Amino acid sequence: MEQRPFSDTSYNQFLNEEKLMGSRCKGCGARYVPPRPICVQCHKSEMEWVEMKGNGTLAAFTCITVAPTFMVAQGYNRKNPYYSGVVDLDEGGRVDARIEGLDPAHPESVKVGMPMKVRFLHREGVEPKETYLAFEPA
Amino acid sequence: MQKRRKLGRGVAIVGAGMSKFAMFKDKDSKDLFAEAYREMLASVDKGVDPADIDALYLGNFSNDYFAHQSHWGPIISDIIGHAPKPATRTEGACASSALALREGVFAIASGFYDMVLVGGVEDMSKRTTEEVAEGLALATVPYEGRVGFTFPGVFGAVATAYFAKYGASREHLMNVTIKSHNNAPLNPKAQFPLSIRDMMNAKMESMKKKGMPSPEWKDEKAFLSDPKANPTVAWPMHLFDCCPISDGASCALLVAEEIARNFTDDPIHVVGIGQGSGRGFHASADMTYFEATRYAAQEAYGLSGLTPQDVQFSEVHDCFSIAEILHIEDLGFFKPGEGYKAVAEGATRLDGPKPINTSGGLKCKGHPVGATGTSQIYEVWTQLRGKAGKRQIPIKDLRIGGAHNLGGTGGTCTFTILERR
Ligand SMILES: [Zn+2]
Repeated sequence: MEQRPFSDTSYNQFLNEEKLMGSRCKGCGARYVPPRPICVQCHKSEMEWVEMKGNGTLAAFTCITVAPTFMVAQGYNRKNPYYSGVVDLDEGGRVDARIEGLDPAHPESVKVGMPMKVRFLHREGVEPKETYLAFEPA
Repeated sequence: MQKRRKLGRGVAIVGAGMSKFAMFKDKDSKDLFAEAYREMLASVDKGVDPADIDALYLGNFSNDYFAHQSHWGPIISDIIGHAPKPATRTEGACASSALALREGVFAIASGFYDMVLVGGVEDMSKRTTEEVAEGLALATVPYEGRVGFTFPGVFGAVATAYFAKYGASREHLMNVTIKSHNNAPLNPKAQFPLSIRDMMNAKMESMKKKGMPSPEWKDEKAFLSDPKANPTVAWPMHLFDCCPISDGASCALLVAEEIARNFTDDPIHVVGIGQGSGRGFHASADMTYFEATRYAAQEAYGLSGLTPQDVQFSEVHDCFSIAEILHIEDLGFFKPGEGYKAVAEGATRLDGPKPINTSGGLKCKGHPVGATGTSQIYEVWTQLRGKAGKRQIPIKDLRIGGAHNLGGTGGTCTFTILERR
């Protein structure tokens, strides 16, 4: 199986490859997405990679009109807001993600608990490659 | 379960000061700290010789980024004539100066020092709003920042989780904003000393004067519901849910309890201090509370032997309206899911049974992040000594107050309990 270190670098490499990967503790079975190198349940360091199916539910969200400069550089602003959110994965665990496919004019109509599925957003024109984890309504 | 902790010896506050909080074009961190320091010296009832101060602990989050200058410990130490004595900078994002206080308490409790100056400073307003937002976002959890979360965005998401779990709504957040704005005009140090009603009326007046059609808001909530008056920042956080960008400084003088009466007949004792660390959304079991605040509170209550009911009033870290609701639950003042109802019933007003943020809070007093922690201590100290003027809490026998400071998106939280004996 994969020999990559259980790091953010590996997590982001996997996103580039359109895989949502986490780590599972060989000692106690706890599962972490993003991956952790050290189990925070049993404090052991033997991990293995596990791939998430990419299905979940929306746990929290926001629609951002005052954007940081790196998002402004991607064309987001007061007139073109974007969603960020937190998704509870079906396998357990929760991830921070961009949320696509929602109407930025009507955040009040978005419902916590709605089913979501994963999508990988490849940022254009940057080297090295960058991919944002995203979800959209299933 | 936490270990029961104790201090090696007691610590008391015998002086406190803060600068005016605002956006200053022509004042930097040195100017602002000097202002706070002079007020602190003048506040020591029986006087103090500055040469007796053993050490300085200074909270500063990110003047490195905001003002393009790092290493503020010795710079501030020099401006107040304290060098070559030691100065140490503490960093815990928006809780930086609460950490300075904590370190100062430990330094005296250990017996190493007898008198320590603790404080904080931040100079933010020379940057654009976008740059400040980005600078603050440096203190989010990396996974959050990467997918576009800003500070208001994180608290916006917290609000949606809280709304979904407990049935609260934007209207309940407005209650927090209106309450804080009612306290602020009574605080001469506040950045926005205006009630929402004052602001509404001023706006309607000026529109009329210009001969423009004036919106007729029937009350404060109508004003806050108008997207022109109160635009979205990060849904459901709107402009009036968010603290402003501020410059400012604050400080407090700590001494060993056994010598406190040399400086004042009315020292304020540090009876509880607690600190906790948080981990971000991806590792949180529930987004409707801050694990680090609960941990800090447990530590502070354990040390003091006090309960949430004993704490008569508190400053809490209302960087965003929703945050105040979470904190008053996490500190045990109200049950989880009941905080928003308590605010709606007026329990947290200046004249309520549990006054919260009598200073106007971060929302109205201002939030120069590194200075906020000790400015909360300044407010509680002032209230306990009965010197808060028009905003004095009308509770008879005011004895115990709290100060809750939160850094980042809950990564560092502290709770301090002060007592007048
Ligand atoms: Zn384990």
